Amino acid sequence: MLAAILVMALGAIVLGAALGYAAVRFRVEGDPLVEKIDAILPQTQCGQCGFPGCKPYAQAIAKGEAEINQCPPGGDEGIHKLADLLGREFKPLSAEHGVEKPKSVAVIDEQVCIGCTLCIQACPVDAIIGAAKQMHTIVARQCTGCELCLPPCPVNCISMQPIGESVENWKWKYPVFKIAPARREAA
Amino acid sequence: MSALQRLFNFNGGVKPAYNKEASIGLPIAVPPTPTLLVIPLHQSIGGMPRPLVKAGERVLKGQRIGGADGNVSSAVHASTSGTVVAVEMRLMPHTSGLTALCVVIEPDGRDEWIPRQPFDFRSATPTQSRDYLRDAGVVGLGGAVFPTYLKLNPGKHGRLDTLVLNGAECEPFITCDDMLMRERAETVLKGAVIMREMLGAGQVLVGIEDNKPEAIAAMEVAAQAANAAAGDAAIKIVAVPTRYPAGGAKQLIRVLTGIEVPHGKRSTDYGVQCFNVGTAYAVYEAITLGQPLISRIVTIAGNVGRARNYEVLFGTPMRDLVALCDPLPDSDRVIMGGPMMGLRMPNDSVPVVKAANCILVGSRKLFPPPPPEMPCIRCGECAKVCPSDLQPFEMYWFSRARIFGKTQEYHLFDCIECGCCAYVCPSHIPLVDYYRFAKSEIWAHESEKEAADVARQRYEFRLLREEREKQEKAAKLAAKTAAGRERAAAALADADKPAVTPEQDAKKALIAAALELARTQKAQVQPENISNLTPEQQAEIDAIEARRAEIREMAKPHVRQND
Amino acid sequence: MNNSLNNSPYFRQPASVQSVMLRVLAALIPGIAAYVWFFGAGILVQIALASVAALAAEALMLSLRGKPLAMFLGDGSALVTAWLIALTFPSIAPWWLTVCGTLLAIVVAKHLYGGLGQNPFNPAMVAFALMIVAYPQLMSQWPAAGATDFATQWQAIFGSRQIDAITMATPLDALRTALHTAEAKASVASVLGANPAVGGLGGKGWEWVAVGYLLGGLWLLQQRIVTWHMPTAFLAGLALVAGLFNLIDSTQFAGPLFHIFTGGAMLGAFFIVTDPVSGTTTPRGKLIFAAGVALLTWIIRTFGAYPDGIAFAVLLMNITAPLIDMYTQPPVFGHKNGEAP
Repeated sequence: MLAAILVMALGAIVLGAALGYAAVRFRVEGDPLVEKIDAILPQTQCGQCGFPGCKPYAQAIAKGEAEINQCPPGGDEGIHKLADLLGREFKPLSAEHGVEKPKSVAVIDEQVCIGCTLCIQACPVDAIIGAAKQMHTIVARQCTGCELCLPPCPVNCISMQPIGESVENWKWKYPVFKIAPARREAA
Repeated sequence: MSALQRLFNFNGGVKPAYNKEASIGLPIAVPPTPTLLVIPLHQSIGGMPRPLVKAGERVLKGQRIGGADGNVSSAVHASTSGTVVAVEMRLMPHTSGLTALCVVIEPDGRDEWIPRQPFDFRSATPTQSRDYLRDAGVVGLGGAVFPTYLKLNPGKHGRLDTLVLNGAECEPFITCDDMLMRERAETVLKGAVIMREMLGAGQVLVGIEDNKPEAIAAMEVAAQAANAAAGDAAIKIVAVPTRYPAGGAKQLIRVLTGIEVPHGKRSTDYGVQCFNVGTAYAVYEAITLGQPLISRIVTIAGNVGRARNYEVLFGTPMRDLVALCDPLPDSDRVIMGGPMMGLRMPNDSVPVVKAANCILVGSRKLFPPPPPEMPCIRCGECAKVCPSDLQPFEMYWFSRARIFGKTQEYHLFDCIECGCCAYVCPSHIPLVDYYRFAKSEIWAHESEKEAADVARQRYEFRLLREEREKQEKAAKLAAKTAAGRERAAAALADADKPAVTPEQDAKKALIAAALELARTQKAQVQPENISNLTPEQQAEIDAIEARRAEIREMAKPHVRQND
Repeated sequence: MNNSLNNSPYFRQPASVQSVMLRVLAALIPGIAAYVWFFGAGILVQIALASVAALAAEALMLSLRGKPLAMFLGDGSALVTAWLIALTFPSIAPWWLTVCGTLLAIVVAKHLYGGLGQNPFNPAMVAFALMIVAYPQLMSQWPAAGATDFATQWQAIFGSRQIDAITMATPLDALRTALHTAEAKASVASVLGANPAVGGLGGKGWEWVAVGYLLGGLWLLQQRIVTWHMPTAFLAGLALVAGLFNLIDSTQFAGPLFHIFTGGAMLGAFFIVTDPVSGTTTPRGKLIFAAGVALLTWIIRTFGAYPDGIAFAVLLMNITAPLIDMYTQPPVFGHKNGEAP
C-alpha cells in the first residue's frame, strides 16, 4: 500500500520535474500563433474585419474571438490558409465584412485635390505624400488598396484603380487542355 | 582541331531532329529597311530603360533612345536614322500578348550614324569599360539577354581560368551562330580577345557542336591567326558532341571544363565565364568600331520555302522577315527562338528584339498539337533526360497540386526549361508549362509577401510614430503647464492675497496666464498679406470684415463660441 | 493567330503510354510460348479471360468516373495487368478465380485509387495476394509439366471436372511442404531430387518459362522501357541471400539458381517489380526497392506459409516506395560536390 503510494508519488514528482524543465527549456517567446496568422493576412490594414488593423485581427483570431472569414482582401485563398494553419473548417467570406475585389491602388485626381490632409491622416501605411494646402499624391508602390482614404476626402477626388496586367507581373497560366475529342482535320 | 581537349559529360539530354540544313544554304543577307521600326525599351533582363527621346524628335542611327535604369539594365538604341513617331505602348514579342513601352521610329532612309569612335578599354578603368558596354546596349545574344557588362567582371579572384565561348547552338532549326562563325570567325575571336583581356582569363575555349564542321573549320583558321598574332595558344576550338541542350551555358561549361555551376551562383566564382559567339561579335563592334548593338543575325526557318539568316535591325516587324522567306500557306504561328524553348508570339507584327535568335514559322503539320494529356505513370523518362538532374515528375505532381513549397524542395528553380522532359514524356504532359506556372506563381507570391511585409513595417512604424507624437504633445503640454504654474505662483506672490486657497488661486492664475499668452500671441501674429495694401484692397477687406461681423452676429445663438 | 496553341517544346518524341504498354505485352510472349509448350494452352484461355474481364472492368470504371473511354481503354495498361494476373495464377484455376482476381485488380486496386498512375499498389499483385488468402487451395493447383491436354485443362477451368488428377505442386511448394512437415529428415536435395516436377534449375518446364521471361526482359532493357537497376538488384539480391544461406546449410536452404529460376522470380524481376507507378523512380531508390523485394521474397518463400512470396514482398515494398524515393533523391546539377568553393 505504502509502496504503491510512494511509487505513484515518485512518478508524479519525476514527471512534474521533467515537464517543468521542458517548460523552461523549450519556452516559446511571444505568441508565435499571432505572428503566423499575421503573416498570412494581407497587411492592407483596411479594418474591414472590424479590427483596427491586421495584427489586432490576428490576435483576435488567435484568442478565438474572431472568425477566420472576415478578411476580404485575403479572399478565399487567405481563408484556406488560415483554415489550414488553425485546423479549422473553411468558411466562405462573410458578406457583412465585404467582398473580394481585384487588387487596386488609390489614385488622387490632382486637379481636384484641395490639400486638406484628411487622407494623409487616414492612410495606415503613410503612403500619401503632401502638406496642408498642397496637392497630395499616393505612392502607388506602397498603397495597399485599403480604401480608408476614400471616405474622409471632402471633394471625392480619390478613386480606386485596379492594377493592370503588364509584362512584369504577367503569370503563366495553369496548363489546361480540353480533353474533348480532337477535331478531325485534313492533314 | 586542337588535339586532346578533355571533354566531360552532362547527364540527360535528347537528340531531336535538327533541321538545320534548310537555312545554311544561303549567306547572311540584309533585309530592306522597314517603313516603321518599333523598338521596345525593355529588351534585356533587368530594369526597364528610361525613354530618352520624345515624339517628333529626329534620331540618328545608334543614338541612345533608352537609358539603362538601375543596377541591372542595358541601354537601347535607334536602329537607323529617322523621326520618332511615338513613344507608346505596343504589342511585345512575348507570349502574353501584352503591351509595353516602345519607341516608334520612321526611318528617313539615310541611315545616318552618330559619330563613332573606338573605345580604348585598355586605358579605361574596369568600371568605365562596363559603363560603356552598358550604354552600348550589349547583352547576351544566346537568347537570355543578360546584360553583358555585368558578366565582364572577373569575380572575387580578380582573374579567371577559362572564358567559354558558346557556339554550340543546340536547338533545332537555329543556325544564326553557325553562319556568324562561318562568315565572321575573325571578328568573333577579336571580340573574344577583348573579353579575355577584360576578364583576365587564361584560356578561351570555343565550344561548337560537331554537327557544324564548316563553322569549326572557319573558327579553327581564325583561331590559328589570332593565336599567332598574340604569340600564344590561348584560343582553342573544341568540337562538342551534338546533344540538346549542350548549348545551355551550364551544360557547355560542364562539357568543356568539368565544372558544375549551381543555380544562383556566379560562374566567375568557379573561374569560368561563358558568352555566346554573337555576344563576342557585339562586344567587338561596340569596343573597336564604337557601334552600339542595333542589329543581330536572325534565322528565319520552319514552315517557309526559303529559310535563311538575316542581319536584322531591332524593331523590324517579324512579318516583314517572314515575307522574305516564302512562308507556306498553312503557317499558323510565329515562334521566337527554337522549337524546344521558343516563345509563341501573339502575332507576326511584333518586332525583332535582342533575344530573337530565330523566327520559327509553325504550322499544325510541322508542330502538331500534342495528343491529349494522360496521367503520369512515373516512368522516369523525364528524369533520365533532365540535364539538371532534377526529378521532373515530382515537380509536376506538386505543381499540378499547387504545392509550391514542395516544388522548390525538388529544386524547381534549377530547371532551365529546356523542354527535354516534355519532349520524351509518353503521357504527353506539358511538363514545362507546369514549371512555368509554378515559377510565376511563386514569384508573384514572393512579391506579394514582400509588399505585405513593407506594409506591415510601415503600419507598425506609423503606430509607433503616432504614439511618439502623442507623448511629445503630452510632454509639451506638461512643460507648458509647469511654466504657467511658475508664472502664476510669481503673480500670487506679487498680489499677496492670502484669502484664496493656494490651489484655487493657482488655477485662476493659470487661466489668466494662458489667456494673456493667447492674447499676446494673437497680437503678434498678423496675417502677412494685409501689410502694404492699396487703399482699394483695404476697402475691400473692410467690407468683407463688416459682412463677416454681421454674419457672426446673426449666427450667434447657433455657433459655439470658441476662442 | 491562334492562342489555344501549346507552348514550347513544340515537337515531341513519338512515345506514348500505349506504345510502352504494348511493348511490355510483346516482351511477355517468349515466356508465354514456353508456358504453352510445357504446360499446355490453358494459359491462353486464362489470358483471354483476364483480358476480357480487365477491359470490361476498365470500361465500366472509366464511364462511371466520366473519363474519356477511347483514350484510356487504348492505353494498354489494363491488358498488362490482366496478362500478369493470368501468368501468376495457376493456368488451370477455375475461370471465376481469374475473373474475380482481375476485377479486384482493376476496380479496387486501380480505379478506386484514382486510375492509371495513381495506384499505390501493384494491381496484379493485389489480386494475387487477395486470391491466395481467400482460396489458398485453388491458387496452389498447378499443372504438371507435360500435361498439355487442352481439353482437360478447358474442363478444369470451366469447372466440370475434378482437377486434382492433373495438378502437381510447384517445386517451391513441394520444398516448403516437405521441409516444414517432415521431422527434419528431408533435405533440399532429397525433396527436389524426389520431385518429378523438378528439373535442372528451377523445376522441369518452369526454368524454360523463366528463360522466356528473361529474353523478353532483356528486350525491354534494350528498348529502354525498364532500366537495369531493378532486375539486376532483384535477381542479385535474391541470389545473394539464397546463396548465403545455402552456404550455411545446404540441406535446409535451396541454392541461388533454384530461387532465380523458380516460381515468379524472373517474371517478377522484369515485369512486376519494375511497375513504375507503384515502385520507386530514383536510380538508387530502384536498387533499394528491388533488393528489398528480393529479400522479402526469399524470407516468405523460406519461412512463410505461402508457396511464393513475390506478391507479398512487392506489396510490402510498395508501401515504402514514396519514402525510399524521398530519401534517395539524386544530387541536382551543380549541387554534387557540396557548395561553392
